[in-house]
Amino acid sequence: MEEKYIKHRYDPILPSKDEWPVVKLARERKEFIKKVSDKSQERILNLTNHNPDILKEELETTLYREKLRVKQNPWVVDPDDESSFWNKVKESLLQVNSESKLSKADRLKEYQEVLQRITSRYSEEIASNFKHHHYKFTRSVVAFGFSRLLNAARVKGFRSIFSNQYSLQDKIQITGETDQLRDLATKGTVVMVPTHFSNLDSILIGWTISVLGLPPFIYGAGLNLFNISIFAYFMDALGAYKVDRRKKNLMYLETLKTYSKEAIQFGCHSLFFPGGTRSRSGMIESKLKLGLLSTAIEAQRANYQKGIKDVSGKVFIVPVTINYHFVLEAPSLIQDYLSITGQERYYKENDEFSTSYKISKFLVKFFTKGSDISVSVGKAMDVLGNYVDENGNSLDKQGRTIETQDYFISNGAVSVDSQREEEYSNLLGKRIVEEFHKINRVFSSHLVAFTAFEMIKSMNQKLDLFDLIRLPEEDIFLPYDEFKAACQMVYDRILELKKEGLINIAPHMKRGMDEIIAHGLSNVGMYHAKRPLIRNKDGFIVTEDMSLLYFYHNRLDGYGLEKLFQ
Amino acid sequence: MGMDSKNSSNKKVGVVGVGSFGAAIANMLAEKSNVIVYARKPEVVEEINEKHETQGRKLNHSIIATFDPEWICEQCEVLFFVVPSSGFQEVVRNFAPFLHPYHLIIHGTKGLCLNLPGEHDLNSLRKIKRSQLLTMSEVIQKETVVVRVGCLAGPNLSKELSKGQPAATVVASKFNEVILEGQRLLRSDKFQVYGNSDIIGVELSGVLKNIIAIASGALAGLGLGENARGLLISRGMVEMVHLSNALGGGVRSVIGLAGIGDLVATCNSVDSRNFTVGFRLAKGETLEEIQSDMEEVAEGINTVRIIKAFLETSDLRAPITENLYRVLFEDLKIEDALHFLMKYPFNVDVDFV
Repeated sequence: MEEKYIKHRYDPILPSKDEWPVVKLARERKEFIKKVSDKSQERILNLTNHNPDILKEELETTLYREKLRVKQNPWVVDPDDESSFWNKVKESLLQVNSESKLSKADRLKEYQEVLQRITSRYSEEIASNFKHHHYKFTRSVVAFGFSRLLNAARVKGFRSIFSNQYSLQDKIQITGETDQLRDLATKGTVVMVPTHFSNLDSILIGWTISVLGLPPFIYGAGLNLFNISIFAYFMDALGAYKVDRRKKNLMYLETLKTYSKEAIQFGCHSLFFPGGTRSRSGMIESKLKLGLLSTAIEAQRANYQKGIKDVSGKVFIVPVTINYHFVLEAPSLIQDYLSITGQERYYKENDEFSTSYKISKFLVKFFTKGSDISVSVGKAMDVLGNYVDENGNSLDKQGRTIETQDYFISNGAVSVDSQREEEYSNLLGKRIVEEFHKINRVFSSHLVAFTAFEMIKSMNQKLDLFDLIRLPEEDIFLPYDEFKAACQMVYDRILELKKEGLINIAPHMKRGMDEIIAHGLSNVGMYHAKRPLIRNKDGFIVTEDMSLLYFYHNRLDGYGLEKLFQ
Repeated sequence: MGMDSKNSSNKKVGVVGVGSFGAAIANMLAEKSNVIVYARKPEVVEEINEKHETQGRKLNHSIIATFDPEWICEQCEVLFFVVPSSGFQEVVRNFAPFLHPYHLIIHGTKGLCLNLPGEHDLNSLRKIKRSQLLTMSEVIQKETVVVRVGCLAGPNLSKELSKGQPAATVVASKFNEVILEGQRLLRSDKFQVYGNSDIIGVELSGVLKNIIAIASGALAGLGLGENARGLLISRGMVEMVHLSNALGGGVRSVIGLAGIGDLVATCNSVDSRNFTVGFRLAKGETLEEIQSDMEEVAEGINTVRIIKAFLETSDLRAPITENLYRVLFEDLKIEDALHFLMKYPFNVDVDFV
């Protein structure tokens, strides 16, 4: 079944939109925000031990950082009353500080009042603005617009723009455990965790979810995306809540986590990009941001605490990988990565997604020329990373049914232990990374980029990565025959790994090696001004951009394939 | 779940394995809790239940023995695994079907297991990578659904513990609750229990110190004095630090109770099996002769083999381990090994802090 791409549109699992958790949540938005705000306060009070002095310190830190942010890093999306809000917070804090006669309990109460204003502001800011008619509209725009473009490009002739010969599903292939996902989404709550390489991922996943007949998932999208109006519209419509990465203060982070946890408990299927941001290096994420992941674990435990032991209260983690031949942002991502790793002295920000014009240009290119994308859906797991069966029961490695609740039990009862749950988040993170590698689908472009880069590396063994990337591109020639043999060697090893279930390959990889290479060369980073890998007129394999080659090579990092070249 | 009916006051604690250390731990636990011990052989179980002793070791009268893994897993939420590393994997596999995620396991085994593909063993594979060797906590996590795992390590010579002499131990776990539970169950006027979150570092400390203990026994067997022992312990610790680091343990654990604490105790004790191996080697016996009449295994011998194979894949040098390997398995004379080590260029006293 894994060979077959899903070409039909599934029926919705919940036909009536009123049953969609995200619609219910939108209806109860006000109450929900209040609840999030209250629970966040509770958490923060617990974290500060209900001690007014510690709370005061946290409030002051938050105030200081927020004022600094308002001054130094303002964004278009920021509300106009930001500085007045924080000035008022400042006044209130000063006032409490000056009243020296207050008892400890009274001071706590006063600070709590300030805290309450902050958490309710944050909750309101984070909360999604899902509107069903917007969602429907966006979904049809995406599907209609994209398929028009697609048909215009592929079917020649007048009126081809109205042809329906190609659909988006020819372009974007969805593979893997889609039936299980649909099934479990009707039984419990799904948390989808995809790899993240491009800003397009959110839209792509949103579209995938709708093709699979699933109700919209809520997800945390970077607030910076809301700066661009076209994105803001899409995001709101898809049930996005806002994550502001500029705000690293305790109050904000706790409110954000509470929002996510409460939404999962509410039954909203959620989407986290567990890598946090787009993968700068092009490698599959190996260290995950565990903050949001931990909210899935917390929500699961909270359901057990409430006595919801059946599958309706169960949280399922579904890893997803998205595979591209071409990542639009690759040049700036890899520059970021190299400068973060420390060697490049000059770091200039250059975000290809900064204007709507560039995005539209990309979309036109993307849909009019061939560059396939595949989305592979992994097996569902419980919050500890155990696979689950069709009824949502967790299984151990021998296939025995186990109770996920037992992970939260001590002395015979479900207990809250934040240190334990922190460790569980680590374990879950590791399991997700493992699954990412297993369901990752190798494309021809990954193979050629990996092989070429490793060949160049082994010819220049004395150079470190940064010197390697600075090699003059015009001095690099790979004879085709050697290149082909090396590709074959990597390919054979990939097939071995596939047999062990440790990786997967796309169907276009089942041709002769010459064809695979030709396919790979014509697709790898195909729309970049400088191509990462081409065959020149003398038949040599050459690169126009070593950093980009490195970026696309990285997709196959983490499998030990580089050892083939030692 | 069978555990719903139990309340915490009569909670039972399980001990798997009744060797000298297992028996000592069971007796210490029995001072506070109801203890069930597991032994594989029915005759051992019978002896314990009827005579309250096994192989000459007295057991607390309240201790019940069983050879049924299912029953002990049902009865106990906390289990102490104290079986030799050579049989550890097998015992854990036998227990796996009856273990649930609510179980807590603390082990007291100071050895390593191999995790090799297919039919391979150490004879066919001369080199092993880190991923191919497992500490006992890694075995438990690999074979069972139990995640809340801890280990017990420190200067805990069974003979002294069973006499009730004062001592201390480290309970290491990533989970605070495991440490707290270990402390609650074991702590007494005569027994202090420290906590450490670096479980791999603590396990490795206990494992690696056995190598140095063999070497120490050898020095004693050669009739060398305290200067030589001081030299060995200090160089041994440096070697342990580097090995532990390469295997994923922290430096701090090695200089703690489970590392240097245990090292000093074992390197001075004729009651240590590892020390005895070295001592008898120096007196001219062969490894085979020594092993044939030892009642329980000296973990250090196997550890030397495994670490030697690991060294083949890393660019680390561990002169004490490497020379001990040659003495144990390649007929290098102890005197020659000592001679070699005295010439080895350890120029820097301490290079890890």
